[in-house]
Amino acid sequence: MNSTLEFLSFSDPNVRFVVIGTMILGATAAMVGTFSFLRKRALVGDAIAHSILPGVCLSFLISGEKDPLWLILGAIISGWVSLLMIDGISRTTKLKNDTAIGIVLSVFFGAGILLMTMIQHSGNAAQAGLDKFLFGKAASLTQDDIMVFSGIGIALIVIVLALYKEFKLVSFNPDYAKVIGLPVKFLEFLLATITILAVAVGIQAVGVVLMAALLITPASGARYWTDRLGKMIIIASLFGAVSGFIGSYISYIAPSMPTGPWVVMALSVLAIGSIWFAPKRGVFSKLKLSWQNRDKILTENILKLFYHLGEDEGDFEKPRSFKQLLTSERFKELELTKGLKMLKKNNLLRKKGETWFITRSGFKEASRIVRLHRLWELYLNQRLKLEPDHVHNDAEAIEHIITPEIESLLEKELDRPTIDPHRSKIPYPTE
Amino acid sequence: MEALWIILCGSLIAISCGLLGSFLVLRKMAMVGDAISHAVLPGIVLAYLFSGSRGSIPMLIGAAALGVLTTIIIELFYKKAKLQIDASIGITFTWLFAIGIILISLFAGQVDLDQDCVLYGEIAYVPLDLLYWGDLNLGPRTLWVASAMLLLILLIVIRGYKGLFLTTFNQEYASALGISVGFWHYLLMSSVSLTTVISFESVGAILVVAFLIVPPATAYLLSNQLKHMLWLTVLFAVLSSIGGYFLAVLINGSIAGAMATVSGVLFCLVWGYTIIQKKKMMIEY
Repeated sequence: MNSTLEFLSFSDPNVRFVVIGTMILGATAAMVGTFSFLRKRALVGDAIAHSILPGVCLSFLISGEKDPLWLILGAIISGWVSLLMIDGISRTTKLKNDTAIGIVLSVFFGAGILLMTMIQHSGNAAQAGLDKFLFGKAASLTQDDIMVFSGIGIALIVIVLALYKEFKLVSFNPDYAKVIGLPVKFLEFLLATITILAVAVGIQAVGVVLMAALLITPASGARYWTDRLGKMIIIASLFGAVSGFIGSYISYIAPSMPTGPWVVMALSVLAIGSIWFAPKRGVFSKLKLSWQNRDKILTENILKLFYHLGEDEGDFEKPRSFKQLLTSERFKELELTKGLKMLKKNNLLRKKGETWFITRSGFKEASRIVRLHRLWELYLNQRLKLEPDHVHNDAEAIEHIITPEIESLLEKELDRPTIDPHRSKIPYPTE
Repeated sequence: MEALWIILCGSLIAISCGLLGSFLVLRKMAMVGDAISHAVLPGIVLAYLFSGSRGSIPMLIGAAALGVLTTIIIELFYKKAKLQIDASIGITFTWLFAIGIILISLFAGQVDLDQDCVLYGEIAYVPLDLLYWGDLNLGPRTLWVASAMLLLILLIVIRGYKGLFLTTFNQEYASALGISVGFWHYLLMSSVSLTTVISFESVGAILVVAFLIVPPATAYLLSNQLKHMLWLTVLFAVLSSIGGYFLAVLINGSIAGAMATVSGVLFCLVWGYTIIQKKKMMIEY
């Protein structure tokens, strides 16, 4: 518990650097990554992250020192070359885009490894720590690093805020953006450059392989909370910052634990949690909705059965046995039991002994469904000129969906008809 | 002698990867191969942890199963959660890779694996790990493992040529003929993960991808027939291994890294050649 308090008090300057640094990185990468995600270029981020390595090594070989600005410059150049290569390969050959990404990613990384091992074997003392680019060094960030990170982070935020509308248009509808005269090529260039910048900085915290997660994972999770770009960027950045915090906390209380992988772990849990459990858009919410729809269709079909039986025998209030209900329609036994229970709970059916009969409100509901069904059949028959024997199945599906507004439109359109194409009476509520 | 062992092992691994990779490239699944090669990491760490050695076959299969699980998770995100495919791939493999690194740090004392080895392997150590029959020196252990792997893959590609061919080029036609598309898909995926796991200690998680994708892509540029493509893939795989070894010796760097670099250089040469050919054709036209 003590170490938790120590961590939260930020009294140790090293803790401060690490926490602030990873949070800035997480948030800015997530912001930039949202655009990559929306432009369906998630894996391009991965390729950039791998391709930066040879640039870093070359700029070390040329400059002979580990000045972060030099290294970032090398990173930007090789990131750019990799993007151009991916673009060139998929434009001029029959290879698909994902193959192009794979080629560039693995070859650049291979070349980077070759250069890095060469530098290590050369015995140059200044090289120590260059390999931090591979796995990141979040746990040993210094004040200088934080200055560079925050500088670049602020620059990225300013660029995104200033060109928010333009970026939005280019991400969602580049053709339209071109038509209204936006410099699409330039904006795409700018988007690519800020992605490369975010990667070049973020890689120093989490390393080559996991950098892709910092870009894509927060955006993927945020997508399940909102349809609006602004909100999505904010949620993604929050995910990034929170994960940065969690990652640095875990490697603080357990020093043998690497920060980068724990940041990614936290991000993944947040994103996967959102994908499954987010309200409205999450997988489970959608499942729940489809279950609700299924129940609605089931109960409405049972009520309709009561109506049909009553109509055939001229007695709507006659009690029906479970067996009769089961044999008259294609219900399964379990389904019917469940449906009857739900109808009883809603007071649409009542049970007396072993038999069921329909209540007043149940009858009203049943005739509403039958009315919708028959109105729709008539509409198809009269307006779309479908034969009467072709309209039933379509009406069977639509009767559960038609809203009161559409109902009154249909009624008006057809002049409040009384007979459907099969010569059955269309029931209306009695005033 | 050492040079020969290393080049031979490199070639065997590169050929195995290239043959499987040809089908990945043609099926537009190159990045799925990339994802599998990263995602087997936790499986490999757990395998080391439980068996304490590298050779145990059940553990290899267990680790490879994780590769297949990766493809299932990706499909789950893509189909059930309607997440776009590139993001599904990206989330899945980074997550599993992170778990792998965390496991390595957690069991640092018990697992003989370090992070650098994960990234680029140790093919230079191949000649040091020898296999003995009594007193008889049978050559490097990796050589035997890689040969067995290549035999298995040759068996799959030759015996299953028709099934792989049809399900790659025309899935509807294949299923109309009663060929199970799912069976060949998962056979390919499990072969890819098994190959990745076996190649892992020699070339690492990321350079496997270079062997999986680059030689087949190079061959694809030069051929219109699957058989030609497979033969050319073998050629480029061997050339990358030989060239890579000598490049690494020349500048004293990682052999696996150099092999990937050479395969990239070969790709660029062929790419340039196809562009020149196209230009020529345009002029003649």
